[in-house]
Amino acid sequence: MTPASASQPTAGALARVVRAGAALRVPALFLLPAALVVALFFVTPAVVTLYLSMTDLSARTLSQPGFVGLANYEYVLTSRWSPMILANTVRYVGLTLLFNVGMGLLLAIAISFVPERIGNGVRLLWLLPRITSPVVYVVVWQAIMARSPFGLVSELTGTSQNWINAFPWHAVIFANGLIGASFGMLIFTAAIRSIPTDLFHASAVDGATTWQTVRRIVLPLLRWPIMFVTAYQTLSLLASFEYILLLTNGGPGFYTTEVWSLWAYKEAFQSYVGNVEFGLGAAMAAFLVVTGIVASLIYLRVFRFNELLVTPKIEVN
Amino acid sequence: MLRPKNWQLWLLLLLLLSLPILGGYAWLVVSSFNQRVHGLVPVGTWSLENWQFLWERIGRRPPIWTVMINTLLLAGGVATLVVSVSSMAAYAISRLHFPGRGVMLGLVLVLHAFPAVSLLIASYYVLVVLGLFDSLLGVILVMSAFLMPLGVWLLKGFFDGLSWEMEMAALVDGASRWTIFFKLALPLVAPGLFAVATFSFLVAWGEFILPYTFIVSGRTWTFSIYLQSLIGDTEMANYGRLGAVGLFYMLPAVAVFLLGQRYLLTMYSGGSKG
Repeated sequence: MTPASASQPTAGALARVVRAGAALRVPALFLLPAALVVALFFVTPAVVTLYLSMTDLSARTLSQPGFVGLANYEYVLTSRWSPMILANTVRYVGLTLLFNVGMGLLLAIAISFVPERIGNGVRLLWLLPRITSPVVYVVVWQAIMARSPFGLVSELTGTSQNWINAFPWHAVIFANGLIGASFGMLIFTAAIRSIPTDLFHASAVDGATTWQTVRRIVLPLLRWPIMFVTAYQTLSLLASFEYILLLTNGGPGFYTTEVWSLWAYKEAFQSYVGNVEFGLGAAMAAFLVVTGIVASLIYLRVFRFNELLVTPKIEVN
Repeated sequence: MLRPKNWQLWLLLLLLLSLPILGGYAWLVVSSFNQRVHGLVPVGTWSLENWQFLWERIGRRPPIWTVMINTLLLAGGVATLVVSVSSMAAYAISRLHFPGRGVMLGLVLVLHAFPAVSLLIASYYVLVVLGLFDSLLGVILVMSAFLMPLGVWLLKGFFDGLSWEMEMAALVDGASRWTIFFKLALPLVAPGLFAVATFSFLVAWGEFILPYTFIVSGRTWTFSIYLQSLIGDTEMANYGRLGAVGLFYMLPAVAVFLLGQRYLLTMYSGGSKG
């Protein structure tokens, strides 16, 4: 045996590694920008959140924050406001979700009963609040809910009051719901339109009423879309606070409509005493980050999105 | 569904449900052209006085046109960045063969479901370290990152629909994967690219929290900060001016929405297979 032939297998392995490396180079380059974005704006902030939550970083200790371990978490968990804000969060997410899904369903069913052109017009109208900037949207709400003689609601009911302050929870849920309902509406309309017409002809022949058709054919077939919209919106509502911030800023009064994410945001960025507590805010946000990661992992499993992956038919890159 | 005989009743229901939305936008239009509006009824004559902000600065705020350009840069920048970064990643996940594709797709979906707003506090530090705090570029980067998972997910769906035979033929003819991506695949998924671009543009155009948190100086103000500063400022509730600025802010978004709605709606019906 000559040395050359002894090294044959090694050279072959090397060549294979080189070839594999070359094959990976193309996908790696395609994925590089996205990977950078994820590393910088998802992974790093998640780690930083967890780190900050264990320091006493605030406007006062900005130059030399100290490590405080789990003290911030202890503070959050034992704060006398936590139970109330947690209850508010559950209330906000639960009721808004109910409104969103219920209204989305009602709209989708009604839209598929009217001629398609009219239905599409209604869909566009309901998308309008979604593309309106939150600030413009809230300006409109505040104006309509204002006292007489300006506010439309005060004029119509004859009771002059600031309706947002009088019914802060109704305002928050209704304002969020009119935007959130369009998501379900779109998904459900698409799902209803994809149901084979044979089913409806069959139920018509059997003499089913409209209600029976909806109850026995449409709703069972919409089970997955409904679960999808519910799961998706639960998670996004949990972290959303934009409209509450603009509409009531957690008020009126003390923490009336304050939700968890708004609490964290205010702790870190707004302060009336001039000392913003980043560390504490981060600890509050950490609860949301962890909930978010766990919930989205569960969501991924339940909806079996992995099965949507098609194996490429070309093996070379 | 089959159209019931009494479909007009369903139309009536739709109109009733839509009244709050119709009323709101009617108010926006009416109030911006009138000095005083009671409910939806103008009192006195129509006027353009509320539109003075177009040629005069309000207080110490930046001129409206600076604000307009900043908002355009923000929305345009986000749309461009989201489309380019996510189309590349989506192509790789959909069409290229490499170990870990499944994990990648899972990651995209988890990131899409994950509420990115909860990372706001830490993003502040990332921007400060990068020297991008109080700059439009910083807001553009963070926003694009938050929108990217949705872009990848949707475009993957569009790339999945392309024919393999065509791609194979191009490879045999000696084209590289890059050539195929730019010359063949991208033009074919153009509707998807328009959908993602329109969506990202609209979200960035209206965004409030990110500019509000990450921008301080007036020269980088965007529309939402400008309008919000007017709400806080109005002691005697100058709703006419708020309405006018709001309407002016909304018009470009409505135009983009009407141009892109055809693509946006395909995104909802075709993109999410859940």
